[in-house]
Amino acid sequence: MRVFQRTIAGIKFGILSPEQIREMSVAKIVTPDTYDEDGYPIEGGLMDPKLGVVDPGLRCKTCGARAGECPGHFGRIELARPVIHVGYAKHIARILKIICRECSRIKLPQEKIDEFRKRIKNARKIGKDEEVIIDELYNQAKQVKVCPHCGAEQGEIKFEKPTTYLENGRKLTPSDVRERLEKITDEDAEALGFDVEVARPEYMVLTVLPVPPVTVRPSIILESGERSEDDLTHKLVDIIRINQRLQENIEAGAPQIIIEDLWELLQYHVTTYFNNEVAGIPPARHRSGRPLKTLAQRLKGKEGRFRGNLSGKRVNFSARTVISPDPNISINEVGVPIEVARELTVPVRVTPYNIDYLRKLVKNGAHKYPGANYVERPDGSKIRLDKAKSVEKALKELDVGYIVHRHLQDGDIVLFNRQPSLHRMSIMAHEVRVMPGKTFRLNLCVCPPYNADFDGDEMNLHAIQGEEARAEARMLMRVQDQILSPRFGGPIIGGIHDHISGAYLFTKKETKFRREEALQLLYIAKMYDEIKKLLKEKSEDGYYTGKQIFSLILPEDLNLRYKAKVCKKCETCLEEDCPYDAFVVIKNGKLIKGVMDEKSFGAFAGELLDRIVKDYGTDKAREFLDKITRLVIAFISKRGFTTGIDDEDLPEEAKQRINEILTKAEEEVQNVIEMYEQGLLEPLPGRTLEETLEMRIMQILSEARDKSGQIANEYLEKIEERGKLNGARIMAISGARGSLLNLTQMAACVGQQSVRGERIKRGYSGRTLPHFKKGDIGAKAKGFVKSSYKSGLSPTEFFFHAMGGREGLVDTAVRTSQSGYMQRRLINALQDLKVEYDNTVRDARYVIVAFKHGEDGADPARTDWGKTVNVKKVIEKVISKRG
Amino acid sequence: MGKRKVDISKHELVPEHIVLSEEEANELLKKLNITKSQLPKILASDPMVKKIKAKPGDIIKIVRRSPTAGVYYYYRVVISEK
Ligand SMILES: [Mg+2]
Ligand SMILES: [Zn+2]
Ligand SMILES: [Zn+2]
Ligand SMILES: [Zn+2]
Repeated sequence: MRVFQRTIAGIKFGILSPEQIREMSVAKIVTPDTYDEDGYPIEGGLMDPKLGVVDPGLRCKTCGARAGECPGHFGRIELARPVIHVGYAKHIARILKIICRECSRIKLPQEKIDEFRKRIKNARKIGKDEEVIIDELYNQAKQVKVCPHCGAEQGEIKFEKPTTYLENGRKLTPSDVRERLEKITDEDAEALGFDVEVARPEYMVLTVLPVPPVTVRPSIILESGERSEDDLTHKLVDIIRINQRLQENIEAGAPQIIIEDLWELLQYHVTTYFNNEVAGIPPARHRSGRPLKTLAQRLKGKEGRFRGNLSGKRVNFSARTVISPDPNISINEVGVPIEVARELTVPVRVTPYNIDYLRKLVKNGAHKYPGANYVERPDGSKIRLDKAKSVEKALKELDVGYIVHRHLQDGDIVLFNRQPSLHRMSIMAHEVRVMPGKTFRLNLCVCPPYNADFDGDEMNLHAIQGEEARAEARMLMRVQDQILSPRFGGPIIGGIHDHISGAYLFTKKETKFRREEALQLLYIAKMYDEIKKLLKEKSEDGYYTGKQIFSLILPEDLNLRYKAKVCKKCETCLEEDCPYDAFVVIKNGKLIKGVMDEKSFGAFAGELLDRIVKDYGTDKAREFLDKITRLVIAFISKRGFTTGIDDEDLPEEAKQRINEILTKAEEEVQNVIEMYEQGLLEPLPGRTLEETLEMRIMQILSEARDKSGQIANEYLEKIEERGKLNGARIMAISGARGSLLNLTQMAACVGQQSVRGERIKRGYSGRTLPHFKKGDIGAKAKGFVKSSYKSGLSPTEFFFHAMGGREGLVDTAVRTSQSGYMQRRLINALQDLKVEYDNTVRDARYVIVAFKHGEDGADPARTDWGKTVNVKKVIEKVISKRG
Repeated sequence: MGKRKVDISKHELVPEHIVLSEEEANELLKKLNITKSQLPKILASDPMVKKIKAKPGDIIKIVRRSPTAGVYYYYRVVISEK
């Protein structure tokens, strides 16, 4: 095949003229029949062999090429009477309203027309929107009642959707319309925005209809051997049939009414052929009652040609299934079911070095893993290895230069994706680990970037087919290279849930292990080198501390100090002397003080993980995450960890104190209301009296809720100090899951419910619910929930809670759809901007958009949480290295 | 309505605009290895362009305060509307 290369200088859009349609047509289609009794296409029918070939083996009657090579050729239908093109119906209406009914001139004085022409020409030259100018012309010309050129009185043109035009209540036929459009002078057409070289106004009324090639509307053979035609073909049959009848009736001199009826029917068929979802007419239906998919339907919408086939396509070599967790595989890996591995293949070229190995795979065939599904000959033909016979044949033939499509195997690089793909970490490269089971398995640390959980989520996997793609995926897309997020310059991959609570419990002061226990843990975690290291260390009276064992994973020269998540934010931080063990000190790779929690290696927050990736590289970071996952999960599985409703149990004393606080707050609210009613309340600056009152009430109630939460937490802490494990609190303070607010709501008080950021106010006249007196604006009557989730809500509280909860649901639903649309628009606008090697950001035309990316040229993923340099950290590092 | 004389260049949100001399302009284009048409554009009717009396074809240096880089220079070539 010869390849032509040309640079496209520009694209010009026009409307096909009847002459052009005839010129490009290779056949005049006259009969509505498609095939004769023997199944051969009829000449002059819609399947005319001149229109191209779809059946393999046959040759095209026009170009002589085979199916697949012949692009197909257009035919035409000569319409007995002109019809309006729906796509231009509105435009035609606009033009009819501003031209004279007699002479077809624009209903403006000559000088004005000339001026508009000049302005449009100018606008076009500098790329400005000419639509605004045409609008102006339209507005000036539409009310003119007498033609300034011929003096004819003008009628009132009304447009009735989809294709009817009325003049003073009398219908205009498409012929009338076309006649008027034909008479428009070229100069006037230019003033209307037409480029007459490629689009005359009368081209908007069809006299000839192009018939698309058969390649555009192939018929399919059903299992029963029956032929089923494409929807477009059905529609074209209708058009030809009516066209024929109309022609016959005209020739026979039938009465005007009959001709008009048929003409209108022809208009209907042509309209629905272009667009079957036009407002005002019933859609054309298939015999089964299903609406036909005609031209516009092929292009429009999510599944249309543009969004469904050009912006995004279906692909081969992909798999989709449910995901489930596996803490024992690396973050770089993905567990693939054997069934999937047998279906997805990787092409491997046969060389003298791998032929023996590949022969083994071919011998295993398609069904036995690890095998191969196809052997491809150098000429591109393939042998499918699903039968013993074909395997034998392939084995005999197999030689250097062949390509074996072998099953997916351990270590292969694949792309793994979870929708919605909102950022680049939504598609990452993983190494395959083939395993039993029917789900994809992934390490829990990669849940945050995919935003995945295991409540039924499914993910897609793509087997890479080329060497370049494989190299690119491995070097740029591998999970370990995505630990740092370009969004905020910190780790986005990291510990979640049990990793965090596990590590917290593991590194607490009082956690220690007997030698055997310690060794067993390390063994389960497959940390064999660390076992040797630990044995060399001395234990304190036979015990190893959790911190000591944890230190085995840390790089030996690591020095780091930071406040842990559990930090109580005391007024003066005692740093390493923190009584709560909340200040982390790592000296020369030893965890001296502090506990490991969310701030250590959690996704979005991990300081320690952040340090390791940035100072020791992604290999070390991956190793760290893999080991910490296995170690901590092994530990927490052995120790046991749970949460139950008794985690929110409070002693009677605490309940009383909480109740006191809340009751007092309610009274205080009542007092403020009384003050307001007596006119003693002073408005805050810039607020009305009512706003001030609302703000005061909200403030009092939220303070009361916070205070009751503090009391609850105090008592929970006391109980824990007495040695009772409280899973809920541990998860909240270590940042594993939930917050202290959640605990407060469960144990003490749910708090104020709100709709649109205000206390609940709508409902009945003067009150929210009939349970309250009219005009009651006290805490209870406006949605303050005094109860806790555990104690249970009163009926009115429950109702208010449902109101607040509903708003939340609606908000998320609205937000996702809106942000999804915004994302599409943004990506369309930004997709070909690129940072060049000289640090400039340029578009596809190479025009500069930014002279330095982000104004400082920094890669946000390599910054310190968005800041180019953190001087304090650098100094600390230098000092700690010396001391 | 009468014309109010406000010096927009004094507004805190308007960065400094400077017309480059011929040598400076050539130096810039050489440094960036581009032609003038590859620069971002600014209309001659822009109030700041009128204020500093730049003509179509001139290159304007805009001195922006940047939260990430301190000072950030942006360059635009003046284009006419016609
Ligand atoms: Mg889910
Ligand atoms: Zn052909
Ligand atoms: Zn006239
Ligand atoms: Zn502290």
